[in-house]
Amino acid sequence: MIDYILKRILQLIPVLLLVSVVSFSIIYFAPGDPAETLCTGPDGNVNPDSVEKFRDKMGLDKPLHIQYLIWLNNLLHGDLGYSYRSQKPVFNHIKTAFRATFKLSVVSLFLSLAIAIPLGIISAIKQNSPLDVTCMVGASLGVSMPNFWLGLLLMLLFGIYLDLLPVAGYGDGGDLEHIILPAITLGTGSAAVTARLIRSSMLEALGQDYIQTARAKGVSERVVIGKHALKNALIPVVTIVGLNFGYLLNGSVVVETIFGWPGLGRLIIDSINIRDYMMIQGCMVFVTLLFVLVNLIVDISYRYIDPRIRYETAG
Amino acid sequence: MKPQDSGFMHLVTRLEESRSATIGATIILLICLSAVFAPQLSPNSPTKACLADRLISPFTEQKYPLGTDHLGRCILSRLLYGARISLAIGIVVVGISATVGIVLGVVAGYRGGLIDTTIMRFVDATLSFPSIFLAVVIAGLLGRGLASVAIALIAIEWTSYARVARGSVLSLKEQGFVESARSLGARDSYIMTRHILPNIVAPVIVMATLGMAYVILSAAALSFLGFGSQPPTAEWGAMLNAGRVYIRTEPHLTILPGLAIMIAVLAFNLLGDGLRDILDPRQIDQNGNSA
Repeated sequence: MIDYILKRILQLIPVLLLVSVVSFSIIYFAPGDPAETLCTGPDGNVNPDSVEKFRDKMGLDKPLHIQYLIWLNNLLHGDLGYSYRSQKPVFNHIKTAFRATFKLSVVSLFLSLAIAIPLGIISAIKQNSPLDVTCMVGASLGVSMPNFWLGLLLMLLFGIYLDLLPVAGYGDGGDLEHIILPAITLGTGSAAVTARLIRSSMLEALGQDYIQTARAKGVSERVVIGKHALKNALIPVVTIVGLNFGYLLNGSVVVETIFGWPGLGRLIIDSINIRDYMMIQGCMVFVTLLFVLVNLIVDISYRYIDPRIRYETAG
Repeated sequence: MKPQDSGFMHLVTRLEESRSATIGATIILLICLSAVFAPQLSPNSPTKACLADRLISPFTEQKYPLGTDHLGRCILSRLLYGARISLAIGIVVVGISATVGIVLGVVAGYRGGLIDTTIMRFVDATLSFPSIFLAVVIAGLLGRGLASVAIALIAIEWTSYARVARGSVLSLKEQGFVESARSLGARDSYIMTRHILPNIVAPVIVMATLGMAYVILSAAALSFLGFGSQPPTAEWGAMLNAGRVYIRTEPHLTILPGLAIMIAVLAFNLLGDGLRDILDPRQIDQNGNSA
């Protein structure tokens, strides 16, 4: 097991280096000079002196590969640089934004599992029943529905017509009232994906020989499903949680923008719009590291939980 | 085992086996027809503003069946022309990604060694980024416009084709018919195009169909965020973004373009899922449709 973990981490090193090169160099494809953009006065004039000073201060006058090495070195020391706009450390911005995104993701994740697990199981047990068909049609719709559209529809229904919930905003540090609509918006898509996965995993478990054996022994259907099938069907839930995490992280870009939720998704969109390069790089590195770590943890725990996989590799 | 067995025509003839595939294919056909015949079907110009007719609700005036937007442009016409943009960007992105991905994947799998390692490291690195974050950064920094969106989505999409192509090649490489071809003295390029490629057509068709759904949805999302098509182009995501300002008074500006996106995405998802069921015998077993 430890060998496996070490191997996985070693494999990650070249990939992460490549990720860092991409994150660093991506912004140099962009037209427009950040120094000039940021030193443009309200009258639209650029002051060449302040542009020079800015370049000097931010190290933008050095050759590219030197800039990359300096950036990578700082990165390894946990220093993501300073936001061009606010002049505050990028890491501080990211920390604050991550808190908001994390809160939203956790609520959405619980919401999506609370919807998907029961529906997925019932659909599998009552395969091809009207209930199953309804659930799966609903799942198809949920997968295909643009989350920005769903968000706006919920806003229209609950925020404007029924006037029950605030239309947007973070409220008092992301309180319940403000989190409900963005969490439903984010959670619906992942609930649809999850329900399908749980249904097929449950169907697979129900088709196994040990289920037939249990039934042949005369075990009651309740025990067959609850004890034998369900236990095996829920193993992939770990993977599903990991998959969901990527889904939620990606969804946060749009959902946070619609609902004015001050998380990582909105931070990166705002930073792109004002070409705050340090912030864009910082966000990319942070989000990717997060994503890679979650996937690693999912892989490891999956092997740990499912003895079949563990023994296969040990033997 | 003839390569045509899992080929394109075979799939088409078996399409009716799956209800979802049939429904999906029908809707896609309708969308394609409305895109092609948009000039004939549209009651008005999709881009001509007429401020006197601004913000008309749907089903109230015969001249504008689905109402008008904040600049007095006909919503129905814009939706019909919008189908062109969504389909075009889907076809371009999926076409280029599949070609690039398959070529790199087949080469990586067939050659192995350093070429394989290099290509697959790039795939791994690309897959390490949460896709939408990477897409908004690329699209946002390249400058606004549909070309930037297409480049951003290609940069993400090619990886899945490369992976599948490489995986299939690795398993095919060891099979009898490839070995016989090689022992008969066939060149690598001949084996790759005549023996390997026909055998990965089927999974690629499924991926490309589901990929169309993903690309249409993502392109609309990027346009919605302001990175994609620019005014006055009629694009569904951009229409939704412009319309949401009027959500309180004119909700149809938000509802209709979103509905169009969802129907298009749903159609490709249904077709893709249906095709996968047809191609994957294991899944058919589970559903009890076939022994």
